[in-house]
Amino acid sequence: MKKRIKVIEREDVVVKFAGDSGDGMQLTGAQFSDSSAFVGNDLATFPDYPAEIRAPQGTVAGVSGFQVHIGHKEVSTPGDLADVLVAMNPAALKANMKWLKPGATIIVDIDNFDSRHYKLAEYIEDPLEDGSLEGYNVVKAPITDMTRDVVKQFGLSPKTADKTKNQFVAGILYWLFNRDLSIGENFLHERFRKNPELIEANLEVLRAGYNYAETIEAIEATYQVKPAEKGAGLYRNITGNVAIAWGLLAAAEKAGRKLFLGSYPITPASEILQELAKMKNLGAIVFQAEDEIAGICSAIGASFAGCLGVSSTSGPGLSLKSEGLGLAVITELPLVVVDVQRGGPSTGLPTKTEQADLLQALYGRHGESQLVVLASSTPANCFDFAFEASRIAIEHMTPVILLSDGYLANGSELWQIPVVKDLPEIKVPLVDDNDTDYEPYRRDPVTLARKWAFPGQAGLRHRIGGLEKADITGEISYDPLNHEKMVGLRNEKIARVAQNIPPQQVMGEVEGELLVVGWGGTYGALYTAVLELQEEGKSISLAQFNYIYPLPANVHEIFGRFQKIIVCELNLGQFVAYLRSMLPGFNYLQFNKVQGLPFLISELKQKFNEVLDSTKK
Amino acid sequence: MENICTTSIKDFKMEKPARWCPGCGGHAVLAAIQRALPETGIDKEKIVFVSGIGCSSRFPYYINTYGFHGLHGRGPAIASGIKLANPDLSVWLITGDGDSMAIGGNHFIHLLRRNLDIKILLFNNKIYGLTKGQYSPTTPKGSITKTSPDGTIEDPFLPGELAMGAQGNFFARVVDTDLEMMKEVFIQAARHKGTALIEVLQNCVIFNDDIHAEITSKELRDENQLYLKHGEPMLFGKNKESGLIQEGTRFKVVKVGENGVRKEDILVHNALDHDDTKDYMLVRMTLPDYPIAMGVIRACEFSVFEDLMYRQIDTARMKSKIKSVNDLLTSGNTFSI
Repeated sequence: MKKRIKVIEREDVVVKFAGDSGDGMQLTGAQFSDSSAFVGNDLATFPDYPAEIRAPQGTVAGVSGFQVHIGHKEVSTPGDLADVLVAMNPAALKANMKWLKPGATIIVDIDNFDSRHYKLAEYIEDPLEDGSLEGYNVVKAPITDMTRDVVKQFGLSPKTADKTKNQFVAGILYWLFNRDLSIGENFLHERFRKNPELIEANLEVLRAGYNYAETIEAIEATYQVKPAEKGAGLYRNITGNVAIAWGLLAAAEKAGRKLFLGSYPITPASEILQELAKMKNLGAIVFQAEDEIAGICSAIGASFAGCLGVSSTSGPGLSLKSEGLGLAVITELPLVVVDVQRGGPSTGLPTKTEQADLLQALYGRHGESQLVVLASSTPANCFDFAFEASRIAIEHMTPVILLSDGYLANGSELWQIPVVKDLPEIKVPLVDDNDTDYEPYRRDPVTLARKWAFPGQAGLRHRIGGLEKADITGEISYDPLNHEKMVGLRNEKIARVAQNIPPQQVMGEVEGELLVVGWGGTYGALYTAVLELQEEGKSISLAQFNYIYPLPANVHEIFGRFQKIIVCELNLGQFVAYLRSMLPGFNYLQFNKVQGLPFLISELKQKFNEVLDSTKK
Repeated sequence: MENICTTSIKDFKMEKPARWCPGCGGHAVLAAIQRALPETGIDKEKIVFVSGIGCSSRFPYYINTYGFHGLHGRGPAIASGIKLANPDLSVWLITGDGDSMAIGGNHFIHLLRRNLDIKILLFNNKIYGLTKGQYSPTTPKGSITKTSPDGTIEDPFLPGELAMGAQGNFFARVVDTDLEMMKEVFIQAARHKGTALIEVLQNCVIFNDDIHAEITSKELRDENQLYLKHGEPMLFGKNKESGLIQEGTRFKVVKVGENGVRKEDILVHNALDHDDTKDYMLVRMTLPDYPIAMGVIRACEFSVFEDLMYRQIDTARMKSKIKSVNDLLTSGNTFSI
């Protein structure tokens, strides 16, 4: 007999999966995300994993997590706090207790809650019995034992058998969220296409989890999250790193140039290299270089020879690429360098997010060497800004640094798939063979960009390099006045990019009490915090910057219409320092966080309320 | 590059003279390249000279081809990018002993290991010239230089030994005083499919004059140079009276006609032998026990990086259903709302 259960309708729900690195929580998280997208929920996800590949099992340091935020309403972040926590062991519980909403549902694998695991997690008392979970709805599920029972018939090795545990968890979640089990089954068929012997066992465990949840009394209510009210269209769930790789491919196709990626593996940017290494079918030339320097230098060489040259990296790699960036500045070749920022300095926090490479991107080169700096602000718009970085690099013959971060790189969201033909045109400054007027450093009168002639073209032989160029001819020149002229021209060329980018947008009223300013990957949290305060009737707006250098032309005008400006960023105040130098005359408040973690909506709202309250006094 | 193009030395000359010091070995190397290129039949529009930093690396400015003057030590990476972008190009890398053996050591060994079809001219004058006289990784131990006033305490690299350790498959050595030798070897390098390293023993008149004099001087060159040619016996000396034979695991210098040594006993040079044992021995020969091995010491052809890469690309293009970025974006798990 089926039990009678309540169905609670929710605008949004946050689910956190946590366990040992080997527990398959990332997979279960991805499976749950995909099935949510399938039923039309908006969503955002974020994995949270240790820097070590297999950190000590059962310890808090070894906990690997995956957070999924699904909604009927618009979802812009993976969520501050979880409504549902799956804790595969005591360490997973301990690591996540402070990230739970009051009254949250906690599903634990009771088979791992024993004295040995308590000791590993450094629990002194049994957390299930010491009263610390009072007020939470704790579901003590014998996940390990029941999984082993189910898979006995398939004769799998104990290790392989235990790996199917995550499907028991998935089964419970499918029931808890009133999901059609066939969605999960299809996911497994796809996932194990190359290992069909594992499909049946995983399917059985998935069903067993579902049936278990339906049968036990511990779960009194299930959740219903209605489809999001998004525009009709084709969507997919995409991470920032994959979106960058695809945006670069789209730009190369649009420009009619081959894409060349020269990169060296580095967390958290490696997926860009890995993703493009799979894209030989689209002609991508991917060169895993011997180091970061060879990565950028090979890209510069490829760009000289007519490719869209790209190098992807993270902070330590950007440091090594500084000299190469200077070469791209003086040779005036198109080049995109993607910096997926992580906690620094030095090796710092390789798997955690931060926005502390901004000043390096802007100023981290010797000599006067301005280049374009862009920042993507959501996992999905990493596609748009990888495309935009490429467009600007080609049209203006300049290196462009695109700043992403660990949060965008690994986080995912639902993305409405664009049609390539609707993407902006990329005007490539080509030269016809045997153009007798061609001079390597003759410039377009509007953009000041030089033209792009490739080795192999007839009648255009020329030589470029790192030495100062004579204006127009590009020959070596040590002439003092020529140097000053060229420095000025290169600088002005970058400044004029401002005429080829859209104006800065403001979310909310275009004037008022408080303007929140952010840049890059903090968008989701800032947007949600500002939106919620706007819904409370507060006079607050948001300007999130994607175009960092040059700034859009209308920024001064925007800033002048607000009583207060607060600049929020995950560093000690780099963008605010930049704004103070570029747009002095405004009083910039700041809110900074340098914990390797994204902003919480709650802490942002609290800060904004304080500022708004002080305005009234 | 299949099409044979007719060019002449004039096609490669620039109007302005090269700005190396009078008497610098660079002038001779430039002249030899300008003479060699017309004989290779390579389309002048498809030739690219790439360099790093140093005296030698000014080379691209002095020859009328496409050119890229790069960063110190990074020439191999820039050249690799150019070659991978367009494998039809004939890519020549100009470097020096500091550029390739010190700051660019890593890029240098990886280029050889990968075996891209790039020709490397290594100007080895055993000194830093452009920075005015500091010791380099090939400076003989004990040398007094500006940064070693009490003599260097480092053992030098032998470029050939390093190249073979990095799995280099073409190695040649030439002297800047022998235009004909340079020209012959450059042509052979151009015809070799794969990375080809040519070490040019080059004189720096200002900071390291006569460093190679024992090898290059008129009086000593015949005795001290063994010009190796594939398929020919390893003979040297004014009248080719001396030669090499193998004795146990070593080479031995002998005189033909003395102690019963016949011309047929002299080793015949095989540059195509995949086994590099003899090549190592030839590269390591030093005065006064042995002559210095010159010419093409090793020239083995193996699969070339860019061919393998483009083969993978062609296969993927053929097999994949994804033909455009639109196909990619709509592939896999998508959801209609």
